[in-house]
Amino acid sequence: MAMTIAEKIFAAHSGKESVKPGDLIFAKLDRILGTDVTCSLSIKVFEEMGVEKVHNPDQLVLVNDHFVPAKDIKAAQLSKNMREFGQQQGVKNYFEVGRSGICHTVLPENGLAKPGDLIVGADSHTCTYGAVGAVASGIGSTDMAAAWAIGELWFRVPSTIRVEITGDLQEWVGAKDVILYIISQLGVEGAIYKILEFHGSTIENMSMDGRFTIANMAVEAGAKSGVIPADDTTLAFMDQVGVKDAQPIEADPDAEYEKIIEIDVSELKPQVAKPYLPSNAVDVDEVAGTRIDQVAIGSCTNGRIEDFEMAYRILKGKKIHPLVRVVIMPSSDKIYAELIDNGFAREFVAAGATIAPSTCGLCIGGHMGVLAEDEVGLYTTNRNFVGRNGHPSSQVFLSGPAVAAASAIAGEIVSPK
Amino acid sequence: MEGTAFKYGNNVDTDVIIPARYCTSFLAEELAPHALEDLDDTFVKRVNQGDFIVAGRNFGCGSSRENAPIAIKGAGAACVIAESFARIFYRNSINIGLPILECPEAVHGTEEGDKLHINLETGEIENLTRGGKWIAAPFPEGIQEIIELGGLVSYVKKRLGAEK
Ligand code: SF4
Repeated sequence: MAMTIAEKIFAAHSGKESVKPGDLIFAKLDRILGTDVTCSLSIKVFEEMGVEKVHNPDQLVLVNDHFVPAKDIKAAQLSKNMREFGQQQGVKNYFEVGRSGICHTVLPENGLAKPGDLIVGADSHTCTYGAVGAVASGIGSTDMAAAWAIGELWFRVPSTIRVEITGDLQEWVGAKDVILYIISQLGVEGAIYKILEFHGSTIENMSMDGRFTIANMAVEAGAKSGVIPADDTTLAFMDQVGVKDAQPIEADPDAEYEKIIEIDVSELKPQVAKPYLPSNAVDVDEVAGTRIDQVAIGSCTNGRIEDFEMAYRILKGKKIHPLVRVVIMPSSDKIYAELIDNGFAREFVAAGATIAPSTCGLCIGGHMGVLAEDEVGLYTTNRNFVGRNGHPSSQVFLSGPAVAAASAIAGEIVSPK
Repeated sequence: MEGTAFKYGNNVDTDVIIPARYCTSFLAEELAPHALEDLDDTFVKRVNQGDFIVAGRNFGCGSSRENAPIAIKGAGAACVIAESFARIFYRNSINIGLPILECPEAVHGTEEGDKLHINLETGEIENLTRGGKWIAAPFPEGIQEIIELGGLVSYVKKRLGAEK
């Protein structure tokens, strides 16, 4: 039977010849990601299950990233619980603050996500690994405890929406603008319970950095996962991170899609998603002139070198508006080191930005840059729900790094020209 | 079971169900006092054990935090009825044993403060205030098995017991 990429991956992991949308399966997992916020609850549930040893410690990846360096005693305890559990269970892929970064960059950088993998993580943006041609999906803490215990999880095989993206992007328009636009077309529930499979010349010409941005936000359209077929760009990346035997999975030519969406992005303008939904994207000109208090450039969505390069080109030699605070959030310590090596960090600081550790920081609204009452943020992150980044009356606009950097200088939202 | 409906709109996300600032805890008694705080800060004060949340589409969208269904259950809600659920919230609710029912017609036929009667076994929802009876979509087979066992914890126990 003809299958989509996700269907092939689900079939291969459940020992079946083929699967179809709606099938309920138990599938074997390649990786199970946990972070400091979600692990403690899983550990409690794991104990309630009466299990002593995880099914296979090599499936587990544990990353300290959300509330680290610990913001308070409770947060410190969360990390401590995860650390002790990792040691007890013999988990090799345990990542400490200062030697890792945000989980969704850490896994690919360490070769822990490869084409054809089935990955789950107790973090909704686990879907990021779809960028390497894997099926990767967010789960909750009880799911994670079960996955630790039996090495498998239940899935209802989702149907797939094929998204064909064509056209060359204009200057200052990047992957973030493309995905914000797609979500605005689909709506925050447009792909609920479904897989988005991305194709087309725009994707084929896109770097891995850009592909991670696209896959990262699939969940913002409600999707279980967003999958980008692995190609030579993917294989070169895999080789660089030490995975030599990566095998791309291709969709069958006659695979059945729930629908096919075609999008031409050649005329696409930089996009900004208005509060309080990531699907509220409009052309930047429509919100130009909006006063801003804080800008964040980074996170697991836009915290990679290509993103900082765009910001650097705009901020170099300039001064950030006196009424605006800018926080730079590299998404891994490797990327942080690169910002130092290539001189970006010096320019960012000279322009008046502060560089946060490569952790979730202000993206989760828990610490390091929380917004006060009525403040307005312009963030390159992936979510702008009520209260996510501080006071419930604060507002966050979402954009790519170019709009964020240009607006930081102007003190209000502007188009980066 | 019978209770009062608390009605909300579409896309009630996990950040308003339980803001991240409280997510250094995963205990129901610590999370429950903040349930839905950023959406409706009167909810926790007004809700009684056994009441229901009735909401629009995509309930529970956003983060994977299981703290969200735990907070709702801890606050006393006995069931969430929505037009549709975000998928991680859907999984989490099944796994922790917070009953959820997908039934757009019941949502349309219910207003804030209505008294409802719900039969979880049959999926029947009856509006006692303004009349109307609906049947929620049944869970797919397999998920039913997990629910009948009382959640994923029992399922894993059973399975590991059987393997030994
Ligand atoms: S950077 Fe933000 S979106 Fe990404 S994992 Fe951290 S909190 Fe979640």
